[in-house]
Amino acid sequence: MIKIDVDMAKCQHYGQCVFEAPNVFELNNDDKLEYTATADDSERANVEAAIDVCPMQAIRIVE
Amino acid sequence: MTHPVVIVGASMGGLRTAEALRRFGYAGPITAIGEESHAPYNRPPLSKEVLAETVSHEAVAFEQRASTDDVNWIFGTRVESADLEHHIVTDSNGDVHPYSMLVVATGLRPKRLNVPNGELRGRHAVRTLDDAIALRAELVSGAHVVIVGAGFIGCEVAATARKLGCDVTVVAPGVHPMIRPLGVELASEMQRRHESQGVTFRLKTSVVDLVGESIVTGVVLDDGSTIPCDVLVEAIGSHENTEWLEGNDLDLSSGVLTNNDLRAVKQNGVPWDDVFVIGDVARFPNPVYDDECRRIEHWNIPTETAKRVAQVFTGQAQGEFRPIPSFWTDQYDNHVLAYGVLALADEVKLLDGELSGDCVFGYYRAGTMVGVCGIGMRSTVQSYRSNFV
Repeated sequence: MIKIDVDMAKCQHYGQCVFEAPNVFELNNDDKLEYTATADDSERANVEAAIDVCPMQAIRIVE
Repeated sequence: MTHPVVIVGASMGGLRTAEALRRFGYAGPITAIGEESHAPYNRPPLSKEVLAETVSHEAVAFEQRASTDDVNWIFGTRVESADLEHHIVTDSNGDVHPYSMLVVATGLRPKRLNVPNGELRGRHAVRTLDDAIALRAELVSGAHVVIVGAGFIGCEVAATARKLGCDVTVVAPGVHPMIRPLGVELASEMQRRHESQGVTFRLKTSVVDLVGESIVTGVVLDDGSTIPCDVLVEAIGSHENTEWLEGNDLDLSSGVLTNNDLRAVKQNGVPWDDVFVIGDVARFPNPVYDDECRRIEHWNIPTETAKRVAQVFTGQAQGEFRPIPSFWTDQYDNHVLAYGVLALADEVKLLDGELSGDCVFGYYRAGTMVGVCGIGMRSTVQSYRSNFV
């Protein structure tokens, strides 16, 4: 399992992460980011791609 | 001995290239050479958060991944020339770097005003962290801030300066701010929103002279009027950093011409095997649209192009390279998000919402959607992204 942390003080809800890791991130009906705090190891590459495309660099994998 | 992959340019694109090479299995040596003294950092906050609040490298630096710990980073060093026939580049210290693969990631530098009295102090650009730090110190309540240029950077600085209590005038040659990327509908609406926040626009106008003893105190416009100015921000576009590549049988007319795999091509159209170009300076064909080669100055392009180069270099590229450009800008509470290349459109239609509030516009060329852009309504904007995949 990997643990995912989004700094919600930084996050501006751009939602670019949604396209890279749709099983982990989504924008809700109010256009706010929601995410799962843990994910299977198989999601690591997708989450790393999501980290790369986050304009605010708000996403981390907590080792 | 194997020569390293040499990446010229050590900001986001250089970092993403090094990371992607490791991710796709390249285990050999990597050297990255950059002109700035800072390790790679994120630029979008420079015209927004950094100006408004904290200013430190730590706050905007990219996290360093273990996979790139062994990259040989050479900061504060400019590459002066390249000899592609002999597979070497030469830096400002006179050091020669042979390469097994060269990645051009030198990006852009701001254009500056060419006016009399240009030696006066008080002139600013917004490209680097050091630029933002210098500008931040000047943005005090009540200061007369004149921003030349009404693109995204100019408008973001205008919004931030207003929030800090500055008196803000934007001088630009266009009819509306951001009209080229947004089109007339959204651009005129964004102008209205800026004006409601107290920004003054002097449009269809240019700066012809500066006034002051040692520091700028005013700018002279082409209609002869002079406006007071304590802080002059020049946000009038960019030059491509490609001069160091001259004399190498490349097309440098706008960035560096490449093929769809981002290999730099010779004048006869044949690609160099070992020279790739990424980010703002890569002029590549994108089959999402047509055969024309374009540079795309959007934040997601360095990351996308770096990944493609790593895939090509390690023999893992599949299919065509079809990145979807995306941009966003935040001005006051207006969150603008777009996908596609809006400037290609010959028709713009309101898809959802209303212009005075949150809204989404579709951009069409000959009836085919080429872009989508909204103020707010991000989920709706995103739902149209699949039209470009």
